[in-house]
Amino acid sequence: MLSIKNLHAEIDGKPILKGLDLEIKAGEVHAIMGPNGAGKSTLSYVLSGRDGYTVTEGQVLLNGQDVLSMKPEERAAAGVFLAFQYPVEIPGVTNMNFLKTALNSIRKARGESELDAMQMLKLLRAKAKLLGMSEEMLKRAVNVGFSGGEKKRNDILQMAVLEPKLCVLDETDSGLDIDALKVVAEGVNTLRAADRSMLVITHYQRLLDYIKPDYVHVLAYGRIQRSGGPELALELEAKGYAAFAPEAA
Amino acid sequence: MNALTKERASAIAEQSYKYGFVTDIESEVAPAGLSEDTIRFISAKKEEPSWLLEWRLKAFHHWQKMAEPDWAMVKYPPIDYQAASYYAAPKQKNKPKSLDEVDPELLRTYEKLGIPLREQEVLAGVTPRIAVDAVFDSVSVATTYKKTLEDAGIIFCPISEAVKTHPELVQRYLGSVVPVTDNYFAALNSAVFTDGSFVYIPKGVRCPMELSTYFRINAENTGQFERTLIIADDAAYVSYLEGCTAPKRDENQLHAAVVELVAHDDAQIKYSTVQNWYPGDKDGKGGIYNFVTKRGACRGKRSKISWTQVETGSAITWKYPSCVLQGDDSVGEFYSVAITNNYQQADTGTKMIHIGKNTRSTIIAKGISAGRAQSTYRGLVRMLRTAKGARNRTQCDSLLIGDQCGAHTVPYIESRQPSARVEHEATTSKVSEDQLFYCQQRGLNAEEAMALIVNGFCKEVLAELPMEFAVEAQKLVGISLEGSVG
Repeated sequence: MLSIKNLHAEIDGKPILKGLDLEIKAGEVHAIMGPNGAGKSTLSYVLSGRDGYTVTEGQVLLNGQDVLSMKPEERAAAGVFLAFQYPVEIPGVTNMNFLKTALNSIRKARGESELDAMQMLKLLRAKAKLLGMSEEMLKRAVNVGFSGGEKKRNDILQMAVLEPKLCVLDETDSGLDIDALKVVAEGVNTLRAADRSMLVITHYQRLLDYIKPDYVHVLAYGRIQRSGGPELALELEAKGYAAFAPEAA
Repeated sequence: MNALTKERASAIAEQSYKYGFVTDIESEVAPAGLSEDTIRFISAKKEEPSWLLEWRLKAFHHWQKMAEPDWAMVKYPPIDYQAASYYAAPKQKNKPKSLDEVDPELLRTYEKLGIPLREQEVLAGVTPRIAVDAVFDSVSVATTYKKTLEDAGIIFCPISEAVKTHPELVQRYLGSVVPVTDNYFAALNSAVFTDGSFVYIPKGVRCPMELSTYFRINAENTGQFERTLIIADDAAYVSYLEGCTAPKRDENQLHAAVVELVAHDDAQIKYSTVQNWYPGDKDGKGGIYNFVTKRGACRGKRSKISWTQVETGSAITWKYPSCVLQGDDSVGEFYSVAITNNYQQADTGTKMIHIGKNTRSTIIAKGISAGRAQSTYRGLVRMLRTAKGARNRTQCDSLLIGDQCGAHTVPYIESRQPSARVEHEATTSKVSEDQLFYCQQRGLNAEEAMALIVNGFCKEVLAELPMEFAVEAQKLVGISLEGSVG
């Protein structure tokens, strides 16, 4: 599914990722944990193609397709989805309209027919119901006046509608209280599927109590320092990041 | 922005004005220049009564003594008023009696513009019907649904025709809202106006369809000076739409229109404009100078006038659709979206003059600047001593795209009535990289993302447009901004 090889990336000439390797198979959930400044957010932006992040070396393949040569919207159409650490507000644009425009753009890019207003409404209602969200939310402007939890859930709703292949969740737990965290995690779990991989980026082990990963990786100093099963997260919680950063010693 | 996207962006910007074609038609054009003779020529062409010629000449003499206004935040080289022609009309042997007699080239032009000149066979209540008056350069070429409207007692015809068929109405109202001496461009228009629409809705009549005038400048080196007069008698209602386009030309062309609205007791006029004159190319060459005076008088009690404008075209826009709220409890509204891209300049806004008691006005203005464009909101809210209990609310939002454009807000508030309330709110924001990337990550390309964000910003105003216009306006918002992101 996703194959990252020897990925080097920099911002304003400053190297952040320094030879990152990662393989994720279809249906797997991988967690990346790391201290502040380890390159966690950089990884999510490099995968999604944000301006200002320059890849200097390495390769990222999604189902054999070269991701790094695509524009952000082409990556979205290829199935890359980023759940944002801070979902953005778009005043005056309803969730309904936003989702409709996004899904039809992606369908068009994939050579599928666009959905009409009725088909779209039916689909959106079904997805909102699946995630236990009210239809009222569809009528509100994208993330405007939403609480932190509502914004994250809204991103999960977008994920449900766009049905991506690879979901990158960038610090989804930041700014959430424990109740909101549970709700969001439930949403993510609902969307786990055999043909969908997830990359959960987080600072704390807490999120992994609710989203159970198949693998855990420790990212520090721009590289994966260690990989293991879910137990690695617990070890990390107990010992701290310092133990996993050779250069820090 | 890398070289590839830059190229793509400019390619799109170049092709985005799809109404830039020229109709190959034989025209009768007055020689360039402006003098009493020019005015006599126009008046004679129109077979006008002598009172109107006198009225024109009075305006002309006044205009000669006036100076071109320079207070607006727009820059342009001096206009040579003697270099332009003030009359251009497609040649036709006799005035066509029906559409079948109209030059097919003209019909094709309107077809290309998407303007229905054939009255559609409509099933009741299915397709909305719009009656159209089509003005091509200096003359009206066709007006549809006249019969249906006549049956309701409504007059909808070219103003040149109304002068002949309803002289008492025209004489009574023409210049009663915008006097010939009002301002430089209004005086010029009064002297040389050639055509435009005339609407009269009798007492108690609700106009059964949208009325619409479509203005098209085609001829070279001519100005367009149309004059529109709309009267809604007691308790009458009308919704009127105005659209405009022009071919792409390297020279600037002057468009100086005057629109007058009169609403009597309990009458309502809703006036919507989608202004899409040729804006000039990406380097600022060519385009229309849109210097327009629009004003509505709420003469009657509880009358209401509502202006909605979507201004995307023209090289320069100088326009302040206003309401004079004379009648007690009358209501004035101004909803505006002004989009400027590349080298476009817009200085636009409104005037709300509160005279009657408990008069109310609402102003919502959205200005969007991209490229190297400059956009100014200029508005006046005046509460006269007589305007007891009057209220105004103004909301003025500017959105900037890129770092080379400008947005300016110039509100004037004058109140001589202590019980009057005036509220003014203004914001300036930028389309953020975060918003664009968020949309792109969800599958929209940069242009689509920009169109979506800007449409969201304009939503309150676009919602005021009649349905048939709203969809078109939304698309136009996207098109006007093409090339602004890369």
